[in-house]
Amino acid sequence: MNIIIQQLINFLQLGSIYALVAISFSMVYGIAGLVNFAHGSIFGVSMYVLFFVSTLLFKTIKSTWLVYVAALTVACVVTSVVALIMERVAYKPLRNAPKISVVVSSVGVGMVLEYLLLNIAGSRALRMPSLIPKIRINFAGLPIPLYKILIVVIAILAMVILNIVVKKTRLGTAMRAVSQDPVAAGFMGISTSRVISYAFVFGAVLAAIAASLYGTAYSIFSYNVGDSIIWWSFIAAVLGGIGSIRGAVLGGYLIGAISVISPIVLPVSSYKDIVAFAVLIIVLLIKPTGLLGKNESEKI
Amino acid sequence: MALKQSDSVQKSRAVPRLIAVGIIVMCLIALERSHVLSSSVILILDYIGIYSICVIGINLVNGYLGVFSLAHAGYMAVGAYASAIASKYYFTEEWMFPASILIGGLAALIFGIIVAIPSMKVKGDYLAIITLGFTLILQSIFQNMSFVGASQGMNDIPKFTNIYWIFGCLLLSIYVVTTLINSKFGRSINAIREDQTAAMLVSVNVKRIKITVFAISAFLIGISGALISHLLAYTSPAAYGFSNIVEGLIMVYLGGVGSITGAIFGSAAWQLIIQLFKDFGTWRWVIGGSMLCIIMVILPKGVFGYKEIGGVVRDLLQKVRDYRVKRKESDNV
Repeated sequence: MNIIIQQLINFLQLGSIYALVAISFSMVYGIAGLVNFAHGSIFGVSMYVLFFVSTLLFKTIKSTWLVYVAALTVACVVTSVVALIMERVAYKPLRNAPKISVVVSSVGVGMVLEYLLLNIAGSRALRMPSLIPKIRINFAGLPIPLYKILIVVIAILAMVILNIVVKKTRLGTAMRAVSQDPVAAGFMGISTSRVISYAFVFGAVLAAIAASLYGTAYSIFSYNVGDSIIWWSFIAAVLGGIGSIRGAVLGGYLIGAISVISPIVLPVSSYKDIVAFAVLIIVLLIKPTGLLGKNESEKI
Repeated sequence: MALKQSDSVQKSRAVPRLIAVGIIVMCLIALERSHVLSSSVILILDYIGIYSICVIGINLVNGYLGVFSLAHAGYMAVGAYASAIASKYYFTEEWMFPASILIGGLAALIFGIIVAIPSMKVKGDYLAIITLGFTLILQSIFQNMSFVGASQGMNDIPKFTNIYWIFGCLLLSIYVVTTLINSKFGRSINAIREDQTAAMLVSVNVKRIKITVFAISAFLIGISGALISHLLAYTSPAAYGFSNIVEGLIMVYLGGVGSITGAIFGSAAWQLIIQLFKDFGTWRWVIGGSMLCIIMVILPKGVFGYKEIGGVVRDLLQKVRDYRVKRKESDNV
């Protein structure tokens, strides 16, 4: 019973983080029509900003929550600026070029960011100070790690806020319009270029929030932390139907479930990759646009 | 595009091509025998040759067929492992090396056919992720197979690869791919890339052609894997993961898709960047990444996108001639 609850909480925690990154990945894809391979490096940058700011602040401020909010704010601002610069320098000049050139350009940007991190911060693994107090409570004789539940709550809160922004505000309407048809959106007086910039900012902020949760949950990280996260959330986004927010959430939790369950059932832990990909390939062969994806023309 | 030439034009080019090949072979022998080049330069040439074969293979699917595939690291791994097992246990003599290269290529070819099956139904990013999954599943299998050394990889593979084998294979693959692309088969590939439905309507056998192209591409990439494992004398699953996928993509799109000149240029340029900036340590990846962005922004189709060197030179000469004529006219006025 105890193990089941522990694993359930682990699944929710991992699934929420994957879902959050998958949404941020999927948003940029849906609006800018671009598989942004540099997104993993954005995640890595926010990890390092969070680490440096929080270790600096912990020397003077004792309140964990205050440090968390401050570090997260700084991380959001820095990653947004990085994402905006990236968009302006490497993607905007390629707006009318073949889609694949933008993808390759994003590979280049990702490489630059990742190895800049390596050169500036070094290759050794770092330990993130816990940004959310690691409280455990006993509930009916079972030790429940409260911080893991808090991670899930924060992630879900971020998703709900994002959903409200996309569904209810003027900006969200503009975003949905651009994602449906950029040319027609332009005719309606929407500045496509600005909406795409906003999409990159949203993606960066979500990545920063996800990084703060990931750092609290797993603490050890190094310069290439973004690599595996981004591939898994890419897979999650595709599994759910890329470009759709609900699909990204569903895919994220599915990948989380596979990652938690398969090591228990299977003898070797690294078989979880095989299981995840097998599920993905079967889903795509039955429904070629993902679980919740719409049928539309290819974007690459 | 140089794809609409009739067969007679093709035949008339055979002699100059043969001469070019002869000159390249002579140069290689002269360079290697005279010991003008240090062994590190020879090694760079080896890498350029091997990756050129690999990139020509990737180019067949990603460029000519226009399918965004990420399976190349998987094919390369299969080729490397299959040929390594072959020459370690069965073909242990040096003169049997072609057999183990062939086994590497054929093993990869089988996987190429397997990957071709989902490409009939799934498109775009979804296919990209399936091919990525294929690569990572293979990597994970090699990591867990104790027969091939699990995550430690295989050591003591005989060092059969030398510069002659590499450039021999390269010339052969260039010959095969150019002949293929300039034939009726090649025109069918172009038709599928431009519009699959339209190609089907003019009775192009899409299924057969896609499977064949995937198979040939996998075969070439498998050969490059076989060569690299016999060059380094070891092979490990870590070498065939994300970094290999990304490097392959860079070389293809740097040189430009749909072009053999581009494939060779891309792999040469990237290997030179990597090897020449070795003193910069990890900063060379920053340099390489930013160069990639700059080239993409200036030339979105890559340096030789759907162009061959002959065409580029001809266009340039034509431009010079036009310029001269124009200047003469203005002088006369």
